[in-house]
Amino acid sequence: MLARLQEPAMTEFDLIVLGAGPAGMAAARTGADGGAKVLLIDEQTSPGGQIYRSVLEAPEGRRHQLGADYADGRALVRALEHENISVEFSATVWRVDDDATVTYSIGGGGGGVARQARGQHLIVTTGALERPLPVPGWTLPGVMTVGAAQILLKASGVAPERAVLAGSGPLLYLLASQLIAAGVPPAALIETQTWRNYFSALKFSPGAIRGWRHLMKGRNMLRQIRAAGVPRYRGAKDISISGDGSVSAITFAAAGRCYELTCDTVLLHGGVIPNIQITRSLRLDHHWDDRQLCFRPRTDVWGLTSNPLIRVAGDGAGIGGAEAARLNGHLTAFGALERLGRLTVTARDAKAAPLRAALARETAIRPFLDALYRPPKELRQPADDVVICRCEEVTAGDIRRYAKLGCTGPNQAKAFGRSGMGPCQGRYCGLTVTELLAEANGLPPDDVGYYHIRSPLKPISLGELASLADDNPQKD
Amino acid sequence: MFRRLDDQDAKVVTFTFDGQMLEARDGDNLAAALLVAGVISTRTTSLSGAPRAPFCMMGACYDCIIEINGETVQACMTAVTEGLEVRPIVGPVAGTGDD
Repeated sequence: MLARLQEPAMTEFDLIVLGAGPAGMAAARTGADGGAKVLLIDEQTSPGGQIYRSVLEAPEGRRHQLGADYADGRALVRALEHENISVEFSATVWRVDDDATVTYSIGGGGGGVARQARGQHLIVTTGALERPLPVPGWTLPGVMTVGAAQILLKASGVAPERAVLAGSGPLLYLLASQLIAAGVPPAALIETQTWRNYFSALKFSPGAIRGWRHLMKGRNMLRQIRAAGVPRYRGAKDISISGDGSVSAITFAAAGRCYELTCDTVLLHGGVIPNIQITRSLRLDHHWDDRQLCFRPRTDVWGLTSNPLIRVAGDGAGIGGAEAARLNGHLTAFGALERLGRLTVTARDAKAAPLRAALARETAIRPFLDALYRPPKELRQPADDVVICRCEEVTAGDIRRYAKLGCTGPNQAKAFGRSGMGPCQGRYCGLTVTELLAEANGLPPDDVGYYHIRSPLKPISLGELASLADDNPQKD
Repeated sequence: MFRRLDDQDAKVVTFTFDGQMLEARDGDNLAAALLVAGVISTRTTSLSGAPRAPFCMMGACYDCIIEINGETVQACMTAVTEGLEVRPIVGPVAGTGDD
């Protein structure tokens, strides 16, 4: 059994890790092995993150369908059983302060209770979100993300029948092969990459060759998809989802022809992007990564951010995938242990060397993949009538209109039309708004910036807020 | 349509959505249970009244919000228990605009 935290109110730890995906689990264990008292916090009911969601609970048959890479996550979960590791699951972090104090709620839904913990050091491992892919009709019931379908498979053993998968990226093929293995093959794959993507990816071939294991996996997945008779439409443009009240069809153009496929489920994917809600709320330095088309927090090789108490590891620091996140989690924890005085610089470097070599091998293929599956501009910056802020139903045309009225940044855009002010707090529109304003104003994304993210990071009830005062009578 | 793949021995429970009696496995993820039960839309938006349903399944998008015991919660972050009464959030509702 994992040691669940019992004490209410403020508790102190050497190291707090936010997020129990591969980076967080690796960081927690490495920290604990180094003698640090570690608190690992995650919003889900069990460890694994989205990539290894429910990996211990999933029945054998389901694990088999999901593949060996998924099942591998069990080792990381089991490694959390360590006397120095305390865990908090079903815990929603809604505030992080720059002195590494973390405020979170347990048991939401109105009956939640807030707790606080302070770390000597904090490692943020909140992973990735799916890139918003605002195609016409993407708010209709029946449209989900490819990642959502994977979570349904992993956590619930639930799968869509005859789904259409649209967009680009390795996850599209992974989900397709998992659905085929589960006996519910998708109806079609609609892929946006064109010959131009292949051409621009070519210059990164040396890295791709170093990452040949990934290429082999990709080839096997594509073979599986072909053997199952699932049609693939490549170079797709003008993707549009339609239906009255829910999805009934998807239309697109490919190879000079227009297609309309009847379907009730569309799964979208345009790659994943770092989840920067916490690092942005801490006002850490971020920069635009043009290869991955996203913002990422600025870190050194030990994950250290512009705040000396706070590090970021895993996909939250830049997309590298699960294995890179795991390696990065270990490395970042070594950095933290050195700073905590539990590891000498020499020992840190010696322990890190083999992991760093493995990380270089693991990430060698990334530039190739990023170029090959770079989501096209028409999907990132859609036509005027497309809703880009799902919460407040703001369209791309609204944002362009604000730009014409002199709006230069996402925070001003909030004042113009509430984009990013709904409950998701910009998670599914922030990047789109930055890109739309950058394009309209002829500015680089770094100059346009991003929403100011503020606490509470997720909606909480007044009761949860008040419960803090009950626990901390010394605070006014 | 969504289908349950593996038949676990988990206990079958009943819950209601908008007054309609539905079946699930004890402890099921509520969003998954609603999808399997064939519920198409789980709410309408407060601005245009457009129908919405679970989208991200990871607690980030808030499209699957529903009402339980008068509280707004995310279906994808909630477990189904026997007798759970779930209501859709229906909008737009007159007089609840931002201003």
